[in-house]
Amino acid sequence: MSTATLPTPVRRHRFGDLLAAEWLKFWSLRSIPWVLGLATLLVVAADLKSAQYTHDHYTPGDGDPAVMAQVALDDSFITASADILMLVGGGLGAIVIAGEYATGLIRTTLAAVPDRRAVLLAKAAVLTAVLLGFGTVTAGVSFGLTQAILADRGIGQSLSDPTALRYVAAAALFAPVCGLVGLCLGTLIRHSAGAVVGTVVVLFFLPSLVTERYRWTADLLHALPFPAWQRLARITLAGMRPTDYPATVAGAWTTYGVWALASVAIATVVIQRRDH
Amino acid sequence: MIEVNELTKRYGRRTAVDRLTFTVRPGHVTGFLGPNGAGKSTTLRMALGLNDPTSGTVTVDGRAFRGLPRGLREVGALLDAGDVHGGRTGVAHLRVLARSNAIPRGRVEEVLAEVGLTDAAGRRIGGYSLGMKQRLGIAGALLGDPPVLLFDEPLNGLDPEGVLWVRGLFRRLAAEGRTVFVSSHMMAEMEHTADRLVVIGRGRLIADESLTEFAARAGRAAVTVRAAEPERLTAVLRAAGAEIRPGPDGSLDVTGLDAGRIGELALEQRLLLYALTERGASLEEAFMELTADSVEYLAGEPR
Repeated sequence: MSTATLPTPVRRHRFGDLLAAEWLKFWSLRSIPWVLGLATLLVVAADLKSAQYTHDHYTPGDGDPAVMAQVALDDSFITASADILMLVGGGLGAIVIAGEYATGLIRTTLAAVPDRRAVLLAKAAVLTAVLLGFGTVTAGVSFGLTQAILADRGIGQSLSDPTALRYVAAAALFAPVCGLVGLCLGTLIRHSAGAVVGTVVVLFFLPSLVTERYRWTADLLHALPFPAWQRLARITLAGMRPTDYPATVAGAWTTYGVWALASVAIATVVIQRRDH
Repeated sequence: MIEVNELTKRYGRRTAVDRLTFTVRPGHVTGFLGPNGAGKSTTLRMALGLNDPTSGTVTVDGRAFRGLPRGLREVGALLDAGDVHGGRTGVAHLRVLARSNAIPRGRVEEVLAEVGLTDAAGRRIGGYSLGMKQRLGIAGALLGDPPVLLFDEPLNGLDPEGVLWVRGLFRRLAAEGRTVFVSSHMMAEMEHTADRLVVIGRGRLIADESLTEFAARAGRAAVTVRAAEPERLTAVLRAAGAEIRPGPDGSLDVTGLDAGRIGELALEQRLLLYALTERGASLEEAFMELTADSVEYLAGEPR
C-alpha cells in the first residue's frame, strides 16, 4: 500500500522544524489569539483613559518638565498595564508547558522528539518571540496613541528621546521575561492551575513581601522582575521619596536578563532529569 | 528490533520492572502480555526514553532511543490515546508532530485516510470518542513510516470493526518487515493478533515464545463425550487410562485419550455415542494459570 512509504526523500532534521512545530502548536489553540488580542485592547484602553484624564486636567506650562515627561510616559503604560502583561505573559508561559504535562501530550511530544533540551529551547524561543511581539505591539500602540493625545498639551514624548525609548522597551520586554518565568514554573509544577498560581505568586506577591529598608533586602527586591520594570520605567527621581539603597538601571536590565536565562536553564535541566 | 537487557525500574521500594530480558524481532506481531500493573507500560516508556531505567538497557535497532535527535522515523508509538490536547483539531495535532520531524505535510492526509479519520480531522480532539483517539494515535505512530512500532493497549475503545481493522493493519506492518510490539492485558485480544508473545508478571519475564509454543503450555486437550450410558462408558474409559470429569448436562469431559481412541473403545463395547467433540486448549486459561501468581490487583479475598 502506498501509505507504507514516504512520498518524498527524507530530509535531515533541523532546529527550525522544531521552531515551526512549536509555532503551529502555539497558535492551534483557539483561546490563545483571543487572550492576546483582548489583553492588548485592555491595556491600550486603560492607558488611553489615563492619558485622557491628564489631558483634561493639565494646564500647559505647569510643573517641572522632567516630572511632566514622567507623567506623560506613565500614561503610556500604567501600572495596571504592567500587571496585565505580567499575568498574560506569565500565565501563557506556564500554560504552554504545564498544559502538555496536564494532558499527557508531553509524552507524545518527547516520543516524537527525544531531544528534550531542543524541545524546551524551541518552546522558549517561540514563547519569547510571541510575547515580545505582544509586548511591543501593546506598549508601542499605547505609546503612540497616548502621546498623540498629550501632544496638544505640550508634554507628548517622542521615541527619538532615549529615555522614552527605554521606557517602551522596558514595557515590551517585560512580557517575555514574565513568560519565561512562567515556562520555568510550569515545567517544575506540571499542573496548569498550580503553575499559573505559582507564577502569580512569584511575579506579583513576592515583591510586596520584601522591604527596601535594609541593604540586603533592597538588593533582593531590586532583583525581582516587577521592581526591575518599575526602575526602568522611572526616568527621573525628581518628586520621589529618597531611599537609602536605590536601584540602578543597569541592575534592572541585568535582572531581566538573569531571570530569563536562569528560567530557561532550570527548565532545561529539570526536563532532562525527570521521568515522563 | 527491540532488545531489552536486564532492564530494571524501581520506584522507591516498589520494583515495577525486574531484570527483564527479551528481544522483539522484525517481521512479527509480538504481543506484550501481563495483568494490570505488570510493568508493561513502564517497559514501553523506558523503550521510548521517557523513563530512565534504574539499571539495564533497552535499545531500538541497537541504539538508545533517548540519544536520537528525532523519533518518528525510528519508532512509531501509541502509548495512551489520551496523550493529546483536546483543544486542538486532529489534523493540527498531526501537523505539529510531522513538522517537528521534518515529515512532509502531505503525509498527514495520508495517515488520516489510512485510519479513517479524514472526515473528523478538522474537529477538536476533545470531542472524539476513545476509538477515534486510538485511531488518531495510530495515525501519529504511522507518520514517520518507522521500522519499529509500539502500541500500548491499542484495542481499548475500538468497535468490532475497528478491532478487525487494527489486527489487519498490525499484520500488514509486520509482513512489511517491521517490528510490531503490542501490549495487552487480555489474552483473547492477542490470540488473533500476535504470532509471538512476551508475557510478564510483576515486572518479571514469564514467557517469551511463539503463540504455538505458548498454546502447548495450555495443558492437554480434552474431549467432550455425550453417551447413552455415561456410567458404563466412564468405567470403560477409566480402564483405558483416561481421566474423566462429569460435565453439567450429563456429558463427560475426557482427558488422556483422543477422540479416535474413545470412539474405538465405544464401538468395541457397543456403546452409543451422541456427541464426540475435541476441545483445544484455551490460551486464556494458560495465560491465567501462568500469571496467577503475579496478579497485582486481585478481586475477592486475599490469597
